[in-house]
Amino acid sequence: MIVPFGHVFLLAGLIFSMGLVCLVAHRNLIMTLVGVEVMMNAAAIAFVAAALRWQLMEGQAFVLFILAVAAAEVSVGLALVVGAYRRTGSLDPDHYDILKG
Amino acid sequence: MSLYAAIFYLLATVILTATGLAITRRQPIHAVLYLIVAFLGTAALFFLLGAPLLAAFVVILYAGAIMVLILFVIMLLQRSPRELGLMPQWGHATLLGIVFLAVAIAMVFKDPGSGIVLQGAVAQPKDFGRFLFERYWLAVEIVSILLLVALVAIIQVARGRGTSGDEAERQTNPVRNSDGTLYPGGVVSKSTLAAEQQGIVSNGGKEGHP
Repeated sequence: MIVPFGHVFLLAGLIFSMGLVCLVAHRNLIMTLVGVEVMMNAAAIAFVAAALRWQLMEGQAFVLFILAVAAAEVSVGLALVVGAYRRTGSLDPDHYDILKG
Repeated sequence: MSLYAAIFYLLATVILTATGLAITRRQPIHAVLYLIVAFLGTAALFFLLGAPLLAAFVVILYAGAIMVLILFVIMLLQRSPRELGLMPQWGHATLLGIVFLAVAIAMVFKDPGSGIVLQGAVAQPKDFGRFLFERYWLAVEIVSILLLVALVAIIQVARGRGTSGDEAERQTNPVRNSDGTLYPGGVVSKSTLAAEQQGIVSNGGKEGHP
């Protein structure tokens, strides 16, 4: 007997919306990646709670794949951020206006 | 309220506080440090919800590898302005998050299954690993290929501007004129160089490239 299922989902929803705000509102590209990480963390919590609710291990298997995808995403994302910084000297996406002519 | 419930609400408070502090920091390095606390709380939550192997993976991968990688990149970009403000649309973003949260809360409380109290169960690491490699071995292989593709992509991005090695070599080795002076830019196309060597271009190097 731990807690009602809805409370865990509520926690996951709160963390997800925090990550969403962080993703959209920040001007720094690294903070954008942090927001994506927070959202993936929320999804993982929801999956583990669902695995316990239905007593199936598939939910936990999905969390393992989420971890792998998060690792791949953040490494490629950081490489792109470093490349964009080398090219423009800024982490602000508003400065990426090379195509503007 | 049982002991497990008390631990859950304590962990939930820690995770929410750390995440909230993380997303409101202006300096990314502070945000990442707060986020490590949030991920350690998440690992403890996974342990409470009966996933000890995933708890270990979250500590190793998220709090260990990924956050350290982000810290390294932040330290790598030293000359960058550490404090960038918010987007001018941050009010709309917050409104979007609140709307999403309201919909999520409504869905959770409308669902009759949300009141079901979770029963404690533990997926032992041995059972979990056996289950994973018996039922989802193909997905594990696909994930390994995904990581390999990510590695190749990172190497390609980090090699430079995505150009071929020929152009990169030309940019690093300055081209010398016939009288030994350097071209100012150091970049010259191969056709012009060959034409000058054959005397086709009449005005020579100095006038053409001051």
